[in-house]
Amino acid sequence: MTVRLSRSLVAAALLAAAPMLAHAADYPEKTVSYIIPFGPGGESDISARLQEPVFKKLTGQSLAIQYKPGAGGAASWAQLNSMTGDGYTVMGTNLPHIVLQPLQKDVGYQTDDINTVYWFHYTPDALMVTSDSPHKTLKDFVEAAKKASGATTMSGSGTNSANHLAQQQFDKLAGIKTTYVPFGGTGPSNTALLGKQVSGSWGYTTVQMQLGDQVRCLAVAMEKRHPKLPDCPTFKEQGFDLVGGAYRGVGVPKSTPADVQAKLAEVLARINADPDFIRKMEEGGFAMLDVGPAKMAKFMADVKARYEALAKEMGISKK
Amino acid sequence: MGSFEYLLAALTPVNLLFALAGVVAGTVIGALPGLTATMAVAVLVPFTFSLEPSSALIALGAIYTGAIYGGAYAAILLNTPGTPSSIATTFDGYPMARAGRGDLALTLACLASVFGGLVGAVFLLLLAPPMATVALKFGPVEYFWLAVFGLTLISSLGEGSAIKGLMGGCMGLLLSMVGVAEVGGDVRYVGDAKALLGGIDIVSALIGLYCMPVLIDLVATSVAHLHAAEKVAGFRLREAGEILRRSKFNLARSSIIGTVVGILPGAGGSIAALVAYSEAKRSAPPGAQYGKGEPGGVLATEAANNATVGGGFIPTLVLGIPGTPPDAIILGALLVQGIRTGPTLFTQQGPIVYTFIWGLILATLIMLPIGLLIGRFAFRSIVAIPKAVLVPGVAMLTVLGSFSVHNNPHEVQQMAVLGVAAWGLAQVGFTASPIVLGLILGSIAESGYVQGHLIGGARGNVLAEFFARPISIGIMALILLGLLWPLWAKRRARTAGAGLE
Repeated sequence: MTVRLSRSLVAAALLAAAPMLAHAADYPEKTVSYIIPFGPGGESDISARLQEPVFKKLTGQSLAIQYKPGAGGAASWAQLNSMTGDGYTVMGTNLPHIVLQPLQKDVGYQTDDINTVYWFHYTPDALMVTSDSPHKTLKDFVEAAKKASGATTMSGSGTNSANHLAQQQFDKLAGIKTTYVPFGGTGPSNTALLGKQVSGSWGYTTVQMQLGDQVRCLAVAMEKRHPKLPDCPTFKEQGFDLVGGAYRGVGVPKSTPADVQAKLAEVLARINADPDFIRKMEEGGFAMLDVGPAKMAKFMADVKARYEALAKEMGISKK
Repeated sequence: MGSFEYLLAALTPVNLLFALAGVVAGTVIGALPGLTATMAVAVLVPFTFSLEPSSALIALGAIYTGAIYGGAYAAILLNTPGTPSSIATTFDGYPMARAGRGDLALTLACLASVFGGLVGAVFLLLLAPPMATVALKFGPVEYFWLAVFGLTLISSLGEGSAIKGLMGGCMGLLLSMVGVAEVGGDVRYVGDAKALLGGIDIVSALIGLYCMPVLIDLVATSVAHLHAAEKVAGFRLREAGEILRRSKFNLARSSIIGTVVGILPGAGGSIAALVAYSEAKRSAPPGAQYGKGEPGGVLATEAANNATVGGGFIPTLVLGIPGTPPDAIILGALLVQGIRTGPTLFTQQGPIVYTFIWGLILATLIMLPIGLLIGRFAFRSIVAIPKAVLVPGVAMLTVLGSFSVHNNPHEVQQMAVLGVAAWGLAQVGFTASPIVLGLILGSIAESGYVQGHLIGGARGNVLAEFFARPISIGIMALILLGLLWPLWAKRRARTAGAGLE
């Protein structure tokens, strides 16, 4: 009796454990929900939408994109680790957001709580002016800003955002002082630029792609020029060591088994190697990036150190 | 023009099918309280990725235009704006429904929506590039003044007492400050409540403030919700046509207001409808019953909010700047399709753009029969459903709608708290509209003010930034007119009354 009971208990336990044991090799076996911590239509959404068909092609399973916006993404990230860690719930993660938000206030998570398995692209910062602006080059821009300190106004999306950070970094590198005017999103920021309400704008390569020849790109924060924007010089080639932007990755709850995480990272790496995916991403203005598990620890340590130092200087950091 | 060949391209059976399906899906989603046009487009966007670019665009445009129209149903039948664009539709639509003219109000809303939608689409077709420049003339300071203008309209809405209206507006302004400031990033009035970090969501406020008091009252009294007209007279098209003929100036003016406000990114359908409503009221003949069930009120708001659809596409397609929130999603969908908007779109991808615009016009026309049919069905259902089913059903929708805002319970909590508070406030004579308008306009005014101040400061002259720009001066004149008009009207009424004696 006791034997039989304990045997059935073991069987039940095995049955319960079965789905947990069966993973890694066959992952993914069913639809994976992909939570985007922002609303639809933004860069996080667009890049996820471009990943989706390739994911399906490679794995045979679908990627179901869901939106959970709120508090600039924090509402979702604060919940990440309480979600089921079986690899079937993954979430978009963003830099500098996940470093800056916990520095500013208690948002319900710490940077190290967010377990990103792969950073797959970034939108490099770009300094833009309207196409009829008197500033033909970055040099013109810096000289004008030097002449009248604070009189040059720059639009950008949000306060303490990637755009704001880029403005602060560049002002320091160039020894100038510009006035940053935050707008509630890329759309209003671009409107202010095109309407000449401001002297220039801090945006991304994606914005440059969208606005086309209405704007002139003075510099992009990349190592090398963007393949689809050959006329946009980099900051580096003009003597300013500025490389960065907004990074986007895919994260999972910490409880996700290591082998599943590794498999997910491998799938994401294969998506990133798909020529059609690369072409669509680059045509949209995105810049490809491959930071997988092997490079993750060093990459995160570097960006954390960089953003934390900046946050302290800007007075963002409340700690 | 030479764009008629694109009409034929839009007229393929497949595209017509997508336009039809889009209008039906959009109307139904927009009709449910809490499910907005933005959500309708967002939810249905994934289905369009596998389509041809022009079919995808036509489907999205149809969903959008259907959802803006669908918002009128809940506004008229339940006093709850289905989308923020139909806030002003409640002013006269619900009183009409209470008076047994709900079917007429729905027919009018449909006709006005089609008319407004066509005007907006025709402007998009013929004048998009020159009109897009309007969007660029509006800087932060102009948005600030526009929001102030919207706030002054509260006093003339004429729902209840003006003082209580203004007090409600101030409550809305305070609510708009809760959460992380859009500009500046300060955290305000949050305390320890994480639910408030993201601020008070407009959709959850809409559902709570409008719908909850109606539900509570329905439960608290034994009267039936709505009455059907004495003898059911079909669509009451003849009567509606007669009203339309009398209101042709109102319709044209409201449609143009809607188109122009739609072009301004960041203004949106709620402001367009509000401005059109107050203009209709201002120019109405004496004796018009605005706020008590005047058909002209429904016509003005519905024509204006559907005109914002075409208007909003103007900056979206010409400049690559989304005119309204649903446009932002459609812009993203375009990118996924590999279409880049902006100044080269019309020249390089003319076929897709013109096929889309004609598709939008077709979708708007399809809305006429579809809208009338769904409207009649909705009216009959709401009248026929017993209260014991209606109330829990709508209550469930309010929870679903507010949950779906961000897929988390924070907005449901906000909705419930605001709803109960609104019922309490209604007992002492406060109405929901000023509070909601304060909430919407507060953040626009604040951002505009801070940005204008920063830019003015950088230019070394803050005062000139706010008071010396031509468009700002124009809006300030409108504000003065809006403030002084009720006083003047009252005086005129008094002297007229004295003359009779």
